[in-house]
Amino acid sequence: MEWQPVIGLEVHAQLATQSKIFSGAATAYGAAPNVQACGVDLGLPGVLPVLNAQAVELAVRFGLAIDAEIAPCSVFARKNYFYPDLPKGYQISQYEHPIVGCGHLRITLDERELDIGITRAHLEEDAGKSVHGVVSGRTGIDLNRAGTPLLEIVSEPVMHSAREAVAYMRELHRLVRHLGICDGNMQEGSFRCDANVSLRPAGSDTLGTRTEIKNLNSFRFVERAIEFEIERQRDILEDGGKVVQETRLYDPDKDETRTMRTKEDAHDYRYFPDPDLLPVSVSADDLARIRATLPELPAARIARYVDDYGLGREDAALLVNEPAVAAFFEASLGPLEVPAKAVANWITGEVFGALNRAGLAVDDIPITPAMLNQLVARIGDGTVSGKGAKTVFQAMWSEGGLPDDIIEAQGLKQVSDSGAIDAIVDEVIAANPAQVQDYLAGKEKILGYLVGQAMKASKGKANPAAVSALLVDKLKGD
Amino acid sequence: MSISAVDVRAIARLARLSIAESDIPVYAGQLSSILDFVAQMNAVDTAGVEPLAHPLELSARLRADTVTETDRRTELQAGAPETADGLYLVPQVIE
Repeated sequence: MEWQPVIGLEVHAQLATQSKIFSGAATAYGAAPNVQACGVDLGLPGVLPVLNAQAVELAVRFGLAIDAEIAPCSVFARKNYFYPDLPKGYQISQYEHPIVGCGHLRITLDERELDIGITRAHLEEDAGKSVHGVVSGRTGIDLNRAGTPLLEIVSEPVMHSAREAVAYMRELHRLVRHLGICDGNMQEGSFRCDANVSLRPAGSDTLGTRTEIKNLNSFRFVERAIEFEIERQRDILEDGGKVVQETRLYDPDKDETRTMRTKEDAHDYRYFPDPDLLPVSVSADDLARIRATLPELPAARIARYVDDYGLGREDAALLVNEPAVAAFFEASLGPLEVPAKAVANWITGEVFGALNRAGLAVDDIPITPAMLNQLVARIGDGTVSGKGAKTVFQAMWSEGGLPDDIIEAQGLKQVSDSGAIDAIVDEVIAANPAQVQDYLAGKEKILGYLVGQAMKASKGKANPAAVSALLVDKLKGD
Repeated sequence: MSISAVDVRAIARLARLSIAESDIPVYAGQLSSILDFVAQMNAVDTAGVEPLAHPLELSARLRADTVTETDRRTELQAGAPETADGLYLVPQVIE
């Protein structure tokens, strides 16, 4: 039988605030254990949560970017369960009245555009972290992360392959980074997801029994885990069995998912409105003000790069993935007039390569847009050859300086005037009579060899285009 | 409204309360009468009434996103039964 996978994702995006969602403790990553956990985060008696205005602002920004309805009044609820990394015995979340309602996100996969429905997005606090193996027979608890603001973004179950799910997650990642609401750092857990997967007979419109795969923190793991889960469920169904509704964990080392808990011990969270927190209101004025701060969205930016600059979609997406790269690209298009495509190629080629080799993040690009702009302009006007440009690039990457100064200092200026090249070309023709005969006999490919000889004689400084033109003139003219 | 012995055990487990088997009928009776008491409200006609999220008809005052709490780990951990390397220690938890 043919089966159709049905996939929905719940993505947790950590909101880029300085302080926690309900307390004034810091949210910075990597601090020593428990130095960023205050009385509110520890759930001490007598403390009260006070909502962080910026967390609300960032959630609204996201809602507006996906064309969602923003609830004029949303409510925080307590989600009750016991776990040592949750000192209060409940997580403050939103349940019946989330701040962001129904919206959608457009994704592109294999040249197809798909509109992925987003059911809701709600604000909640993160839990702490359990640390194993510090003291034997004990689990260590670090509550620095407790109370960090999260936006949980829930998609409709409308994706039908692991690749679609990953394409959606990537688009979402690009979006939150562009909006500046989340740093998107997946290694640090700032952007992670749970995947709901079920199978149904092709053509059916009732959903099959689903499993939920928890805590996937890389695009690759999302793809592998969903693929594994689809295969696992297909095998069960093909054998006439039944999928058990359960929560599963993905093990990247074994590349498989395994049972974490089944429906029988599923949590009964007993949600109820948190009496410590008043409903959150967002006014029409707030919406108008926040809407006015929205940047150009990544999908629009990619389309603009394709339409206005003639870039391929893949290259455009590569530049737009990182807001800092997109900004660098746009800044590199001036002040000198340069072909955008050449600038894009330098960024996705040389710049990315050099960043990788140096292990640097894009925010740490050691060259300025003005440097790249001048370099591309100098290739365009023939001052420097493509090969010479790479030498200039290396020099400005490691020591700084403007291309014009480097070209001057290292004598990389290309010789283009025919007077200087003339003599060299004459020499080459005189020194290679056999090749000249071959060329004249119709073996036009031999021209490349002769150009090479002339380039060598000029120590690489001659403009190959000029050399080639002059050679043809002289040989054909004879 | 009748709460069964099964319900009592489930509620006790969710609240991590250990209760004696012999007390279960007592709790079942008490919980049932609490629910019966509250159930009187079902007689009120609430058609067209907006659900109430909080008895105060106000909306939340928000705080500015600034770090106001500095590190007080030493004082806070003074009340903890067990700590090591800055971590609070609890009996080992295995997923």
